[in-house]
Amino acid sequence: MNATAQTEVIKDSSMLLQKTMIAENYDELTSVQETGKKVSATFVPGNLNELVMCFDMLNNLPEINAINNGMRKKSGMMVMQAEKMGHSEDVCTYVKADIGSMSRGNIAPNGKPMPPPDLLLLSYTGCFTFMKWFELLRHEYGCETAMLHVPYEGDGIVTQNMRDYVVKQIKENLIPTLEKVSGVKFDIDRLRENLRHSAKAEDDFVWVLESAKNKPSPIDAYFGGVYYIGPIFTAFRGTEKAVDYYKALRKEIEQRIAEGKGPITPEGDMKDERYRLVVEGPPNWTNFREFWKMFYEDGAVVVASTYTKVGGVYDLGFRHDPDNPIETLADYCLGCYTNRNLSQRVDMLEKYVNEYQADGLLINSIKSCNSFSAGQLLMMQEVEKRTGKPGAFIETDLVDPRYFSAANVKNRLESYFQMIEQKRQGARSAA
Amino acid sequence: MSTAEIIARCQALYDDLDFTSAREWKNADPKRKVIGYMPVYVPREIIHAAGMLPLGILGGGDQMEVIHGDAYYQSYICRIPRSTIELGLTKKLDFVDGMLFPSICDVIRNLSGMWQLMFPDTYVRYFDVPQTYQDHIAGEYYIEELKELMAGLEKLGGVTITAEALRESTAIYNENRRLINAVYDFRAKQPSKAPSVEVYLLMRAGMVLPVEEHNQVLTDYLAAAAEEERPLRDNCKIVINGAFCEQPPLNLIRSIEMAGCYIVDDDYMLINRWLLDDVPLEGDPIANLSAAFLHASADTAAKYCDRAEDVGQYLLSTVKKTGAEGVIFTAPSFCDPALLERPMLADRMDEHDVPYISFKYAENSGQMQPIREQAGTFADSIKLWS
Repeated sequence: MNATAQTEVIKDSSMLLQKTMIAENYDELTSVQETGKKVSATFVPGNLNELVMCFDMLNNLPEINAINNGMRKKSGMMVMQAEKMGHSEDVCTYVKADIGSMSRGNIAPNGKPMPPPDLLLLSYTGCFTFMKWFELLRHEYGCETAMLHVPYEGDGIVTQNMRDYVVKQIKENLIPTLEKVSGVKFDIDRLRENLRHSAKAEDDFVWVLESAKNKPSPIDAYFGGVYYIGPIFTAFRGTEKAVDYYKALRKEIEQRIAEGKGPITPEGDMKDERYRLVVEGPPNWTNFREFWKMFYEDGAVVVASTYTKVGGVYDLGFRHDPDNPIETLADYCLGCYTNRNLSQRVDMLEKYVNEYQADGLLINSIKSCNSFSAGQLLMMQEVEKRTGKPGAFIETDLVDPRYFSAANVKNRLESYFQMIEQKRQGARSAA
Repeated sequence: MSTAEIIARCQALYDDLDFTSAREWKNADPKRKVIGYMPVYVPREIIHAAGMLPLGILGGGDQMEVIHGDAYYQSYICRIPRSTIELGLTKKLDFVDGMLFPSICDVIRNLSGMWQLMFPDTYVRYFDVPQTYQDHIAGEYYIEELKELMAGLEKLGGVTITAEALRESTAIYNENRRLINAVYDFRAKQPSKAPSVEVYLLMRAGMVLPVEEHNQVLTDYLAAAAEEERPLRDNCKIVINGAFCEQPPLNLIRSIEMAGCYIVDDDYMLINRWLLDDVPLEGDPIANLSAAFLHASADTAAKYCDRAEDVGQYLLSTVKKTGAEGVIFTAPSFCDPALLERPMLADRMDEHDVPYISFKYAENSGQMQPIREQAGTFADSIKLWS
C-alpha cells in the first residue's frame, strides 16, 4: 500500500456525535472572553464536573489537552520545549506537554487560544504528579488554587475518617472557593440534578463496557474504550448531553450484538476475533492508530481495561447518588482506579480475565506514569498465578513520541499472540 | 572519645546491610518489635512509645548488588524501591515486624501494596499525611490516622500505648532534634570542623540506633568535634536540596566537598529535622504531634505548598540562615517530587540571585569525576564572580 495514501477512517455514529460534543466544548472554552464564563482547570480522576457546573463554570482538563496534542502529533515539540525550559526528562510528559503548550500559545484544537484558568481545582486523587503539576501551573498563571486532598486506599478500604476528610474539604473549602471565583451561590438541588444525570449515563456506560462479555465482543474496551469514556470522564458527566450520548452508544452496541459484529476499527468492523485480552495501563497517544492496528490486524480485541476506570470505577457498582450529594462526590474520588491499592488492582484484573473469558493480561507500561507503572510486573505475576493465563509486558509513553518504538512493540505483541496459541494447543493436547 | 572513633562506629552501622545492631536490640527481649520505615517522615514517637524500635530503611546503597529487585521494576523507576525489595527478598529484613511506607510519591506508595502482596505476614501500613493544613479539617483527619497507626502497633505488639509513654517519647525525640540541630548549626558555622561525610554518617546512625543511644552519640560528637583542629579549606558554602528519599553514595557527598563546596545544610534524612520546634509535652500528645506536622514541619517536594508565595521560601531561608553561597540541586534519577519541584525552586533562587547547579544520581552511582568537575566549576564560579 502506498504509505502516503490516506484511507478514510471509519467511525460509528457515536464517535461522530462525540466529536461534535468535544468541538462544541472547545468552542465554548475559547469563547469565554465573549461569554464571561469562568474556567476551572482540573484532572480526570477526581473530576467534580457536577459540582463545577453548579457555578456556571467550564471544566478544562490539562490531561485531555495533552492527549489531543499527542494524537495530533504536536506533543513531541511541546515536551522538548518544556525540557529546554528546565523540566527534567524523567518526569511526566503530560506535565511537559501542558507547559510546552503554554509557551507556544496554548492553542486549542479549534485553532483559538485556550483561556487561562480562573481556578486550578486540584483534585489530588491517585497521582502524586497532579499535586506538583498544579503547583507548576499556579507558578505560571498565578490564579486561585483549591486543593482537594483525597487519601489513598492503602489498606484497600475507605474508612469513615477518609470520607469525612474529603467531605469537609468539599463543604468548607471547595464550595466557598467556587462561589468566590464564579460569583454564583451554591445550590444543592442543582447538584442533585446533575448527579441524577450522571447516574443515568453511568448505567448505560457500564452496560456498554460489559457488552464485551459477548463473543465476539462488539466493542474494543481499550482503543474503542477511550472514545466511550470521553464524555463521562471529561466535561460532560452530569449533563443531559452525556445521558443522550450513552443512550445512543448503547443502542449502537445493541445493534452490533444483534448483527453478530465485532468492534469498530479505523478500517471498519473487525471480522475475526482471535484473541481476547485484558489490558492494564494507559494507551500511547502519539501513535494511537498504529498501536491499535497492531491488535486488530491480528484479530486481538481488548475486552476489558483498567485505563477506562481512571475516571471512575462504575462497573464495580459505584453510581453518583443524588440523595447524598457531597458524600457521593467523596466516594467517587476515593474509588478511582489509581487511588486503589495494588491488591485491589490485582483483584480487578483477575476478575476481568475470568469474567470476560480473556486469553491473558497485557500490560502497557507507561514511562511517564509511576502511579500506574510502579508495581505492574508484580501485578502481572499475581494475575498469571491466579488465572493460569499468560501475561505480557510492553513499554511506551503517553505523549512523548521518542518512547514509542513500533518495531519493539509489534515484536512483543506477536510473540505474545504466539504464546497464547501455544497455550491453546497445549490445552487441546492435554484434553 | 574522638570524632574518628565515633565516626568509625557510625560507618560500621552504615555498612551493615544485615542491620546487626537492630537484630541484637530485638534479640535482647522476645517481646521486642522492630518497625521499618521509609523516607520521608513517620512519627517515630509513637513507635517508641509502643516499646518498639523504629528502623530507617533507606535502600541498599552502593554496596549491594540488586538482582531480584530489578525484576520488579522497569528501567525508568528510581533505585530505592528495587534495592528495598532486594533487602526484603534476601531476608535482610526478616526480623522486621512492620513496615511503614510514608506518603512521598507514587513509587513508594505502590511499594506498600507490593510489600502487602510479597510479605503477607508483616504488618504493613501506607502512612498517609494530610496535604492540607487546617486543624479542624486536616488536623482531625491526621489525628485519626495517628490513632489508627497506634491501634495497629498495639495489636502487633500486644501493648497499650499510654499518653504518658507518648509524652516521654516525645521528650526524648525533642532532645534528639535539639542535638541534631546543634550538629547542623555547628557545621554551618564551622564546616571545616564537621565534614559532611561525618555529619551524614552521624545522621544515618540515627536510622538504626535506639534514640537514646543516638542522643549520646550526637552529644559525644559535638564535644569531640569542638575540640579538634582541622585544616580550613578555601571552599564555598552550599546547601544540598532534593536528596530526601533515595540517598547518594558516600563518595558523592565526599566528592562535593573535595571539589570545593562545604555542605552547610542538606535534606538527606529529613525525618531527623522534620518537626522544626519542640513538640509540646502538655495536653494531648497525639494532637500535639498533629499540630507540629501541620504548622511547624520542614518543607519538601513531597508536601503540597498551599500558598504560591511560600514555594521555595524554606530553601531560601536555609540559604540565608547558614550563610550559604549557592545551592546544589541533586536529585535521584526518576524522582518525581524533587524533579517536578526543581524548576520552581530554581526560579525562586534566581529571584534572589542565589547561584545553583543541578545534577542527578542513583544510590549506586560510581562515576564521580563529572560530579567533581561540575561542583568544582560551581565553587570556582562562586569564588571568582559572586
